[in-house]
Amino acid sequence: MLITRKAEFSASHLCALPGLSDEQNREIYGAAANPKGHGHNYTLEVTLSGEPDPGTGMIFDLKKLKDIISRTVVDPMDHRFLNYEVPPFDRVVPTAENLAIEIWNRLATHFPKGESAQLYNVRLYETDDLYVDYAGDPGAGTEARR
Amino acid sequence: MIRVTRRFRFSASHRLHSNRFTDAENSELYGKCNNPFGHGHDYVLDIGVLGPVEPATGLAVNLQALDRLVQECVLNDFEHRYLNEEIEEFAEAIPTSENIVLAIEERLRRRWHSIFPGDWPRLENMRLQETKRNRFELTT
Repeated sequence: MLITRKAEFSASHLCALPGLSDEQNREIYGAAANPKGHGHNYTLEVTLSGEPDPGTGMIFDLKKLKDIISRTVVDPMDHRFLNYEVPPFDRVVPTAENLAIEIWNRLATHFPKGESAQLYNVRLYETDDLYVDYAGDPGAGTEARR
Repeated sequence: MIRVTRRFRFSASHRLHSNRFTDAENSELYGKCNNPFGHGHDYVLDIGVLGPVEPATGLAVNLQALDRLVQECVLNDFEHRYLNEEIEEFAEAIPTSENIVLAIEERLRRRWHSIFPGDWPRLENMRLQETKRNRFELTT
């Protein structure tokens, strides 16, 4: 069974590679390359997989999931300029893809192998018209059990 | 691997009617969608693309390129058109959402490798929402 918890945060970012000209960055990242940055209302959907515990009837305590998401993602990222204030985005371009991977990695440590609830998917909406899904990297031992 | 889903919109009209059936049969089969003057929808098209994140750029797909491709292959032709009479695929085929998805897939596939020449990113799925209450999904 799957359960999904939603969270929101607002942050600014800019997507550009330091070695490239403004024009080259625009070709790769479009309007997101604006050197002054810009912001989004991100929506995050965290999906866990597991079977309901016979005692509690729950796969995972949703309140606990909300706290984990708040502590690891929302609190450090909400109302921040990701490139300047949230590592590793001082070195890593904060594309939606990289942000989803970073969020997965931050959450994955809370759902170790062998526990009944496993992290299954991270969906990050950058806007209503763009979202990315990430379910871990099989090579890094953080893959979802699919 | 990461999946990037990009949403596009177009508004178009259509009429569901097959020459293989009588008027009464068409009316029975397609209901309101058989109205002789046609009718329209605000379609929502989600294109799902799968690929590894390129380490240098942090991108699984160049969105500028994807947007241009969908604009040129689909939106330029479909936006504010009467599909039955203005889109060549529907001279024969009936513009049900099923057939619209298949036509869009074919159009994207024809040009995909000229825009994305490598193994990745791949066109993975397409979802067409005709109204808020129905949607059609194709995994390629």
